[in-house]
Amino acid sequence: MHLAYPVVLAALLFSVGVYGVLARRNVILVLMSVELMLNAVNLNLVAFDAWLRDSLHAGQALTLFTITIAAAEIGLGLAIVLLLFRARGTADIDRAIALGDPAESTADVDEAPVGTEALKGRATA
Amino acid sequence: MSAAALLAATGPLDPAARSFLSPTGVEIVFLLVGIAVLGSAVVAVTTKQLVHAALWLVAALGGLAVEFLLLTAEFVAWVQVLIYLGSVVVLVLFGLMLTKAPIGRSPDADSKNRWVALVVALASAGTLVTLVVDAFRTSWIDLGAGGGSAAVTGASLFRTWVLPFEALSVLLLAALVGAIVLSRGAGRRVPAPRSGRIRAGRPVGSNGTVAQRAAAAPPAEAPETAPAEES
Repeated sequence: MHLAYPVVLAALLFSVGVYGVLARRNVILVLMSVELMLNAVNLNLVAFDAWLRDSLHAGQALTLFTITIAAAEIGLGLAIVLLLFRARGTADIDRAIALGDPAESTADVDEAPVGTEALKGRATA
Repeated sequence: MSAAALLAATGPLDPAARSFLSPTGVEIVFLLVGIAVLGSAVVAVTTKQLVHAALWLVAALGGLAVEFLLLTAEFVAWVQVLIYLGSVVVLVLFGLMLTKAPIGRSPDADSKNRWVALVVALASAGTLVTLVVDAFRTSWIDLGAGGGSAAVTGASLFRTWVLPFEALSVLLLAALVGAIVLSRGAGRRVPAPRSGRIRAGRPVGSNGTVAQRAAAAPPAEAPETAPAEES
């Protein structure tokens, strides 16, 4: 098999994940896109392991480690998302701007009502 | 003569002579599954229905498990099926259903900067594909059977990689404990007192600190600590 097939597929999958991370608003959808990016890396690792015929099988071992870390990451991430939802009542990243720069959010006309809504939600929570 | 016929049947052995225009069967299957994986991934990041996005993610990750099988990494493929399809997607579905109570079309699933995101994604895709095609155009994978079987992977994992393996088990334990601590909730460390009485005549847990906490608590928690104040 040509090495170009899995490597190009991994590059395209990574780009799809980049689009999802940047364009999605719900935190859980962003986490799903991060999983897509991690899987693109896994495909690269397996393809290079098969290409180089590594006697230590470093690529496949690293793939297993990546899958483990992804499982730990999604567990912790969902716990944090549930905490955020419990405190704010929303899972939108665009509204979690308590640590954001206030000057920027008031200068941007589109972001201003979102910011005041988030502040109101924090006051009632 | 039979050896020459065999050589002619296996195709040219020179790596530079292998053409993309005459793909092997494995390459055709890889290409078809890859198109399915890519399409599922695109639908998963663009659909407005959140639960459908998680189910398309299942399709993409399952297709990737098939790709791992085609690259002779059997053990990694089954681990992918078990962990990603079995636990990660189920966790994602739990999270979606716990935080997004009305399931259905949500028009605000996409942020306002999706066109910027599209431009960034297309730029990264163009750059990466150009780079890797230019770099690995003539590289050829000799797929041998058994390269990623459970025996081979287990032997390398428990001989060479045993220290990172154990470190990862500790990391998983720490992540588990952290997730439990986070999802217990930070505000209610003291459990609510039960209404039953013990011999001392006071409800369980009704010492001075609980009464102080009940006085300082926000009104949402007042009904839980009300029996402590009555005695």
